[in-house]
Amino acid sequence: MASYSDKVIDHYSNPRNVGSFEKDEDGVGTGIVGAPECGDVMKLQLKISDEGVVEDARFKTFGCGSAIASSSYVTELVKGKSVDEVMGIKNSVIVEELSLPPVKIHCSVLAEDAIKAAVKDWQSRRPGSKETDAA
Amino acid sequence: MSGGRRRIYMDNHATTPMDPRVLEAMMPWFTERFGNAASRNHAFGWEAEEAVDRAREQVARLIGGKAKEVVWLSGATESDNLAIKGVLEFYKDKGRHVITATTEHKAVLDTCKALERKGLARVTYLPVDRTGRIDPEQVRQAIADDTVLVSIMFANNEIGTIQPIAEIGRIAKERGVLFHTDATQGFGKLPIDVDAMGIDLLSATGHKIYGPKGCGVLWVRSRGPRVRLTAQMDGGGHERGMRSGTLNVPGIVGIGAAAEIARAEMAAEAARVGAMRDRLQAKLEAELDEIYLNGHPTERLPGNLNLSFAYIEGESMLMGLNGSSKGDHPAIAVSSGSACTSATLEPSYVLKALGVGDELAHTSIRFGLGRFNTNEEVDQVADRVISEVKRLRDLSPLYEMAKEGVDLKTYFAGASH
Repeated sequence: MASYSDKVIDHYSNPRNVGSFEKDEDGVGTGIVGAPECGDVMKLQLKISDEGVVEDARFKTFGCGSAIASSSYVTELVKGKSVDEVMGIKNSVIVEELSLPPVKIHCSVLAEDAIKAAVKDWQSRRPGSKETDAA
Repeated sequence: MSGGRRRIYMDNHATTPMDPRVLEAMMPWFTERFGNAASRNHAFGWEAEEAVDRAREQVARLIGGKAKEVVWLSGATESDNLAIKGVLEFYKDKGRHVITATTEHKAVLDTCKALERKGLARVTYLPVDRTGRIDPEQVRQAIADDTVLVSIMFANNEIGTIQPIAEIGRIAKERGVLFHTDATQGFGKLPIDVDAMGIDLLSATGHKIYGPKGCGVLWVRSRGPRVRLTAQMDGGGHERGMRSGTLNVPGIVGIGAAAEIARAEMAAEAARVGAMRDRLQAKLEAELDEIYLNGHPTERLPGNLNLSFAYIEGESMLMGLNGSSKGDHPAIAVSSGSACTSATLEPSYVLKALGVGDELAHTSIRFGLGRFNTNEEVDQVADRVISEVKRLRDLSPLYEMAKEGVDLKTYFAGASH
């Protein structure tokens, strides 16, 4: 457990977009991934416009510094991107940005899963949505 | 990384700072009186040997044993290895069964596993109860005709639980089985009487009692019964043939000095350190909900406090405490049973053995108070922990869900990765 990268420390100390949207807010997709027994649970919420563009994001994470940083970074990464672009985000982008060591790569994988889960949830809630398992 | 930041050390189970008095006692033995204690033919050797024998006295007095029964080696790990492997090898015609516990230090567990792999031992790993205590009755029931050794640690390094050593010693004596205790955490902190407690072998090390690293002890009973063992380190027959190798005279002088200080100050120190630990626990419990004590509430090392903080993860807490994160708060050194803090991503096996569940293992923090901590430090640590826990709970989806009444066990049933 050598020292963390400056970016991980920054996200940990000043996490971006912490919190939750209002329960009945429109256009929000929520993804909850991980498990308490594994030591990692991420909740990611994406507010997506009708045109399919991510307008805003919120996160809450139970996990180590790298997990918190990964999900915090994701909330910045997704803003302004289309649903397609967001679904194409790979964990390697997170690993590189945060300089995650091998033992922490799984945190970035979970963050990627969280994005997909949030998008799926948003798609399933859209009125008249015919899409089911797009991922 | 810690730069000019203030540091508070509260991880005294991992190691301890050397007491300046110990360092002072050791100093002459490096450059002035540097003889090899085995040099029989000149004053350099004689004075080194005298110093070593004085240290034997100091260590023996701390545990109620005889000076000549003390064997010097490199640490508690080597001591555990010698006790278990040495006894098993010597008494192999009597049997090869060893009884130990699931919460022992790796120095004991890995040694047992190595012997099992080589077909040299059959090992029973006794479970512990929810507070980490061994049931002496289970020891009695586990003893078989081919049992040669029971090995149970005096007090646990993670959760602080003190074992019922005297009862176990009595049972081992009744059945004619040797009793070894890894007393690394108890030595110098709790009263030990090897005769009253029926102990036949005892392992200890200097660096947990404000002495030097790299020097340890195996105490081996010489009468009632006379304990024999096969040396694991050959080469000259030092230490009555039990452990060859030139003695680390400065280290030995250090352990002796540390032992003498411990004996003189033990009662007062236990009271003072225990009061600091209680103060820390009280402050945290007053401000935070859903925190749980791991280990026995009363039969525990005076300086140990192991708490699980529900809904937040241990490594993220350490990051907030240890000076990695931004801010000018002091860098606080503690440790955690979380998987994320271990190289293997396995949560603490000791906490697992308590049956607390992986989730609480991930949220655990171990505070180890010691001789050089102060009430000011306790207050600063308490404030910092409280603020970090609150901050991390605001960040935690689990805390939010729990407050909303979601049953987390049901919600996450079947989830894993």
